[in-house]
Amino acid sequence: MTALLAVRDLAKHFPVRRGAFGLVSGHVRAVDGVDFDLAAGETLAIVGESGCGKSTVGRLVLRLIEPSVGSVRFEGEDLLALSDGDMRARRQHMQVIFQDPYASLNPRMTVGAMLGEPLMLHGLAKGEAARRARTAELLDLVGLRPDHARRYPHEFSGGQRQRLAIARALAVEPRLIVADEPVSALDVSIQAQVINLMRALQRRFGLAYIFISHDLAVVKHIADRIAVMYLGKIVETATTEELFRQPRHPYTRALLAAVPVPDPTVQRERALLEGDLPSAMAPPPGCRFHTRCPFLRDGCRSDVPALADDGTGHATACPWWREFPPAPTLAAARGPDRDRARLERLQAAFVSAQREAT
Amino acid sequence: MTAATLPTAVPAESQEENPWARAWRRLRRRKGAMVGLAVVALFVLLAVFAPLVAPYDPTATSWSAVRKAPSWAHWMGTDEVGRDVLSRVLYGARASLSAGLVSVGIALGIGVPLGLLAGYAGGWIDSVLSRIVDAMLAVPFLILAIALAAFLGPSLTNAMIAIGVTATPIFVRLTRGQTIAAKVEDYVEAARAVGNPHWRIALRHVLPNIVPPLLVQASLAIAGAIIAEAALSFLGLGQQPPAPSWGSMLNSAQRFLANAPWMAFWPGFAIFFAVLSFNLLGDGLRDALDPRHR
Repeated sequence: MTALLAVRDLAKHFPVRRGAFGLVSGHVRAVDGVDFDLAAGETLAIVGESGCGKSTVGRLVLRLIEPSVGSVRFEGEDLLALSDGDMRARRQHMQVIFQDPYASLNPRMTVGAMLGEPLMLHGLAKGEAARRARTAELLDLVGLRPDHARRYPHEFSGGQRQRLAIARALAVEPRLIVADEPVSALDVSIQAQVINLMRALQRRFGLAYIFISHDLAVVKHIADRIAVMYLGKIVETATTEELFRQPRHPYTRALLAAVPVPDPTVQRERALLEGDLPSAMAPPPGCRFHTRCPFLRDGCRSDVPALADDGTGHATACPWWREFPPAPTLAAARGPDRDRARLERLQAAFVSAQREAT
Repeated sequence: MTAATLPTAVPAESQEENPWARAWRRLRRRKGAMVGLAVVALFVLLAVFAPLVAPYDPTATSWSAVRKAPSWAHWMGTDEVGRDVLSRVLYGARASLSAGLVSVGIALGIGVPLGLLAGYAGGWIDSVLSRIVDAMLAVPFLILAIALAAFLGPSLTNAMIAIGVTATPIFVRLTRGQTIAAKVEDYVEAARAVGNPHWRIALRHVLPNIVPPLLVQASLAIAGAIIAEAALSFLGLGQQPPAPSWGSMLNSAQRFLANAPWMAFWPGFAIFFAVLSFNLLGDGLRDALDPRHR
């Protein structure tokens, strides 16, 4: 089976212009050599901190930004070789959902016009009646009412707006949806609704998602596989289960250690990263993570590590991961012995306090 | 959980109110703007129905009523050849208002498409257009209008064209700036993602969202154009005698300021009120259409 999407050596270097004459004084290497595959119906999450290039990857895949180098093959066809007109036609199969539902809906278009537009552009529902029926169907799919088609975006709440954005993406019956932080701008309770809606729609229509997020808790919920990005490169990919069970790259370990656990008694390794994300204009030589890595070795400063697959689909861009101490998994830090000891200490304190009072 | 069971509550207020209806509701709350709108409407009505309202033919001379002070027969007095000032002010409103509307129409018609092109396309197109605009804006408004009107020849139509062309660079610049701000919005990127061609993004997604500032600028530019028309007519480059215009009336009145001040007062008064009203309306529109004012 060929992958739905095959991305190879994808890179985007934004020129930085300075001065009155706009001379190029450097390049921001937002994305610097990214490879991944995506199967039909699969969800790949791209995670990483702000500025690591994850959103740029999403836009490059959809060719909303032109890549500097690399290839993006969608169903075997190289998107980057297509003319503007051909690319527009291919957009029927690949859609996008943005982070901020207050910014991603045209404030001067009714919901009906917004949902009808892609239908018209791709000749999907011919005629006014067919278009209206399809619009009503789309609204129903995302849990809104057909009569909402007459309204304007400002009349909806954030969660409802994000559903409208999902409905717009679904209008053309795509096979791939790039979701760029689709729930980050929403309340936690609404996040769950939107995530569940996305999962339900995925099962129903066999959609593949590229789910871009910085929130590992959300990612764990929806992704089949995860790619961890750092400074424009993928440092680790694995299935979701495997990545949470055994994070290998020092950066992944630090990310997972930073996920909050809703249990105040849990004691964990605090593998906090020091320093800031280095500038993408002048990324560090060798391994890009070496400036912040707690397991720094001699070769890290000069040798660029390759993303090496161990044969099971778990790939890590760190040659030393086998030598690191095992990462504490999130639940293991808590055992029955520790709980009992804690309980005894509390009881002892209570008894001594009572004795003093009498 | 399936999609169908999700809650579908929508805020009860603001049911199906389109953005223009909302702007109108906000505009109505502003007294200054409503006064401006009322006076503008009054001037427009008077100009349209001038033949019915005016007591005399604006070009009919009368040697028995030269430079008469305001009276029951001539409410605003008469001018140096005995023409009724009231009738001339009413007919002059036609020249002034049409000069305002037509020249701003010309400026919008040329400026908005060029600004949209420059802002949306960017690159060398933007560079070339912006430099031309800069060059035009470097020349004072009235000087350029006078030069153009003199080049085209004295007539009201040419004055309108001259004022319109002179006012164009402001609209190019405004439209360009607004377009640049709007084209990086997520909804514009979303419009690309669903497969819109560029021309459709520019016209259907960018343009409707930049109309409010253009509308404000247009209402203020009408006020400026009325003054410019008066100035050109005052200099003899606009409305040609004997047809009346507020500017040309001022021109002929200046020689008699000492002994027939009403000849200058009424057209000056009309210019003042028309300009003030358009400015009040423009300020009100600016507030009503600004999404930050709720």
